[in-house]
Amino acid sequence: MENLRELYQSTILDHNKKPRNFREIPGCDHQADGHNPLCGDKLRVFVELDGDVVNDLSFEGAGCAISIASASLMTDSVKGKKIEDIETLFDLFHTLLTTPSTTEIDVSPLGKLAVFSGVREFPMRVKCATLSWHTLRAALDKKNEVAKTE
Amino acid sequence: MSEASPFDVEATRKDFPFLEREIRGQQVAFLDSAASSQKPRAVIDAVSEFYATSYANIHRGVYQLSAEATEKYEGARDQVQHFLHAEDRREIVFLRNATEAINLVARAWGDENLQPDDEILITALEHHANIVPWQMLSERRSCRLRVAPIDARGEIDLNAYESLLSERTKIVAITHVSNAIGTINPLPEMIAMAKARGITVLVDGAQAVPHMNVDVKSLGCDFYTFSGHKLFAPSGIGVLYGCHSMLESMPPFLGGGDMIETVTFEKSTYAKSPGKFEAGTPDIAGAIGLSAAIEYLKGFDQAQLERWETGLLTYAEKRLSELDGLRIIGNARNKAPVVSFVVDGVHPHDVGTALDQSGVSVRVGHHCAQPLMEIFEVPATVRASFSIFNTPSEIDRLTQALSETMEIFR
Repeated sequence: MENLRELYQSTILDHNKKPRNFREIPGCDHQADGHNPLCGDKLRVFVELDGDVVNDLSFEGAGCAISIASASLMTDSVKGKKIEDIETLFDLFHTLLTTPSTTEIDVSPLGKLAVFSGVREFPMRVKCATLSWHTLRAALDKKNEVAKTE
Repeated sequence: MSEASPFDVEATRKDFPFLEREIRGQQVAFLDSAASSQKPRAVIDAVSEFYATSYANIHRGVYQLSAEATEKYEGARDQVQHFLHAEDRREIVFLRNATEAINLVARAWGDENLQPDDEILITALEHHANIVPWQMLSERRSCRLRVAPIDARGEIDLNAYESLLSERTKIVAITHVSNAIGTINPLPEMIAMAKARGITVLVDGAQAVPHMNVDVKSLGCDFYTFSGHKLFAPSGIGVLYGCHSMLESMPPFLGGGDMIETVTFEKSTYAKSPGKFEAGTPDIAGAIGLSAAIEYLKGFDQAQLERWETGLLTYAEKRLSELDGLRIIGNARNKAPVVSFVVDGVHPHDVGTALDQSGVSVRVGHHCAQPLMEIFEVPATVRASFSIFNTPSEIDRLTQALSETMEIFR
């Protein structure tokens, strides 16, 4: 059960129960759908840009605690950031999720996103944590296709 | 075995080597046999011994090893024939799995026999394997796919089913047992209704053969399909039963070696069934493993196994219903040992991960039955399924782990 507490940290449980920015942005510049066909999780991400800065960001959808909390924390972490900085952040987040726990990583740039470090012990759940990020990337690319984890 | 000697689950557990394995310091409570069954030592040994002592390709060689391999492979066909109570050994076709068997019928029989505006009838309980091949056929032949509805318990609505049978219905493709919620369909009634109208019937028996005696002759279906891997046999071997006249009337599915009589560059003539449908070197060892699995099951009293598994289901439903916020999905009166459920406020994937930490293996997700999930208005469920080696104490472990999981998410 220790690994489980490590995975489902209180911040994650809190964001799962009360997801932040869980709303539509009507008429926003960018939006995209994300789908994990293996488990059926579905998200829609809405982005409003001001130049190359994310002015507002929100999401809707249904999924497991990891995917909902990750989407919620992503909206908190990304709002007000430049698009290029978001890419850097996603890269680091992805590195955190896929690097063995024995390897030291400087997680300070990740801020609250570091709570997902427990996912490293659960490789089957990496896709849950990255679904919202893939969807955000698709929204920013203005691709009219569903972002998939497969 | 006589009625006097009760079913000995501890002795049965010794037949399954995977139970010797510990994960995170504990024995696994494997509650996912509906996805694929664990293998008894008898099956593992039969496959291993075949590879070690009698292996060669079949139906070709004039030498001793090939003769032995052929004899074992064809012996497996006889075993399956008796297992399904088929009339004729030529009615048993070895394929990869139930999915391939259904695809074979949809292609070889469907393409020949369906005309535009004809209808194919399935049920709301089907696995994707018994939906998608018929959708593909409907597209190829401009036909319509109709779906017989179920009620709130997850039982087929027989009146609605019967009213969907019409002169346009050319085939009924129905599951024997629902993989997602365990419903056992009333096949005798359903098949009789279709047969009274001269409609061809295919049964997806993948979830039925591990739990009950199947008699294709008395059922009266034209096709019955199952996968070996759910019946204690290796993965990669599956069976299509087809009544002889039906198989003979069908064109081949795949072309290649072993399915021909003569080949010239201008034209080939085909072997008779079942050879016609077994192009290329088949899964010889898989067939031998399947035969060993059936032989293993013959060592038990089937009625005792069914009582044991039904007992596990009843106990699981009782224990699970003690948990507040847990809802069982599918309450058919006649169920295979499968229980599907959702937990308030906890997504099935989180439940699955949490249970795994306690060494309890369950399936979570849509169980390749997305339309059925939509009917019950859930994105996914947790499914615990039971086999002959499971025990009530494993169900206690499931209940305890669920209770702890609900505590974490409270």
